Amino acid sequence: MQSLGISILFTGVNMQRLFEGLMVTVRIAFISISIGSLLGIVLGVIWTSKSKWLRSVCRLYLEMFRIIPILVWLFVMYFGVTTALNIDLSGETVSIIVFSLWGAAEMGDIVRGALESLPRHQVDSGKAIGLNPWDLYQYILIPQAVKRMLPGAINLATRMVKTTSLVVLIGVIDVTKVGQQIIERFRVEIPTASFWVYGFVFILYFIICYPLSKISRILENRWNG
Amino acid sequence: MEWIGVLIVNKKDSRVLLEIKNLYKKYGETTVLDNINLSISKGEVIVILGPSGCGKSTLLRCLNGLEKIQGGDIIFRDKSLVNGDVNWQEVRQQIGMVFQNYELFPHMTVIENIILGPVKVQKRDKKEVMEQARQLLDRVGLLDRENSYPRQLSGGQKQRVAIVRALCMNPEIMLFDEVTAALDPEMVREVLDVMLGLAKQGMTMIVVTHELSFARAVADRIVFIDKGRICEITEPREFFTKPKTERARHFLNRFQY
Repeated sequence: MQSLGISILFTGVNMQRLFEGLMVTVRIAFISISIGSLLGIVLGVIWTSKSKWLRSVCRLYLEMFRIIPILVWLFVMYFGVTTALNIDLSGETVSIIVFSLWGAAEMGDIVRGALESLPRHQVDSGKAIGLNPWDLYQYILIPQAVKRMLPGAINLATRMVKTTSLVVLIGVIDVTKVGQQIIERFRVEIPTASFWVYGFVFILYFIICYPLSKISRILENRWNG
Repeated sequence: MEWIGVLIVNKKDSRVLLEIKNLYKKYGETTVLDNINLSISKGEVIVILGPSGCGKSTLLRCLNGLEKIQGGDIIFRDKSLVNGDVNWQEVRQQIGMVFQNYELFPHMTVIENIILGPVKVQKRDKKEVMEQARQLLDRVGLLDRENSYPRQLSGGQKQRVAIVRALCMNPEIMLFDEVTAALDPEMVREVLDVMLGLAKQGMTMIVVTHELSFARAVADRIVFIDKGRICEITEPREFFTKPKTERARHFLNRFQY
């Protein structure tokens, strides 16, 4: 009797390997989202500056990530910059760098939008009680902006998780790549391998991303309640 | 009832607290304020009247540095706010300001709004500040709302909280910028009553308003501004019965129906 396709997931160390791959995906995404968010807040604050010149630089930075595909960024950094500067970086490190820079650009734009949407008078009334610019951002503007930017930020985070699947192309073994390897290994014994393995990978991505949008909804409800 | 926690001063004190000399302000090429001279003594209540767009609000905003001025000088407690190093964060603790649109911080409760400045800026003891805040809230009849969020309050209540927020910094002088202009008519009274009580207690105040009968009741002097210049500075009784200038007469006539 031909073995059931689903058994491929439980053969040998397949399941363990898939989870190891998932950890690589999660690690790249989590670190990049964290660094990207922090840099993005700084960028967003700078972006609201009165200086036209500073604003143009921020805009240009964002457009570089919007116009140039992330895959090209990965290639340029992994093959180009490392050889040009004669440094040795692992694919995972390069991935984290590129995704952090991208996250910062998009997050900066989200933070800028949220800050600019706040009523101008909030700044005045904060200043009127003697807050310095730092306190003003810390206690008045950022907390209010966070609420407004939450949907966009969560959307960005899920996009980043999904886009990490590109890292296979610079040799990082993430969950998608592990899946591919397993399928190739068992192609003959189990013809339906790709259905089961990719189906499982599909569910894994869902398990990572779904809580994010769930958290965002819970927070939004709590803040509006 | 007494204003506990608010500086009580002797009305007769004639020490000059704030002096505006030759103030000049422009936006781009448009002159907004020109040749403004005014000195305010401790405990005095000045009401600024004038048609919309005459520069009244801008003048108030210049006094605590929310607007830069292009000429003249502002002397507060014998120190210039224009020439030399000005630490505006320090100055603003002593010059309280209340705005037309309340501008409470929507993500904080009433009590958090009030104690933010005293605790974070003035580094005062939180317990002591809370106590003062509660006394002030009690005085404006809002003690039971200390844990409410601004969105749960009416306009008049928000404005009273905004006044308390400014008072809790223990300012030397209070600036009121058309604080009842955005309120529904039935809520104007409750806010004006608070201001009147404060004036009686001896707070130094500069008030921009369109409430003429309130101006008459509260002011020591009326400053009438038109087209960015002071037209006259008069005692209220005189201003409302026989104003010196034609422009002021014209202005007052428009309010009579």
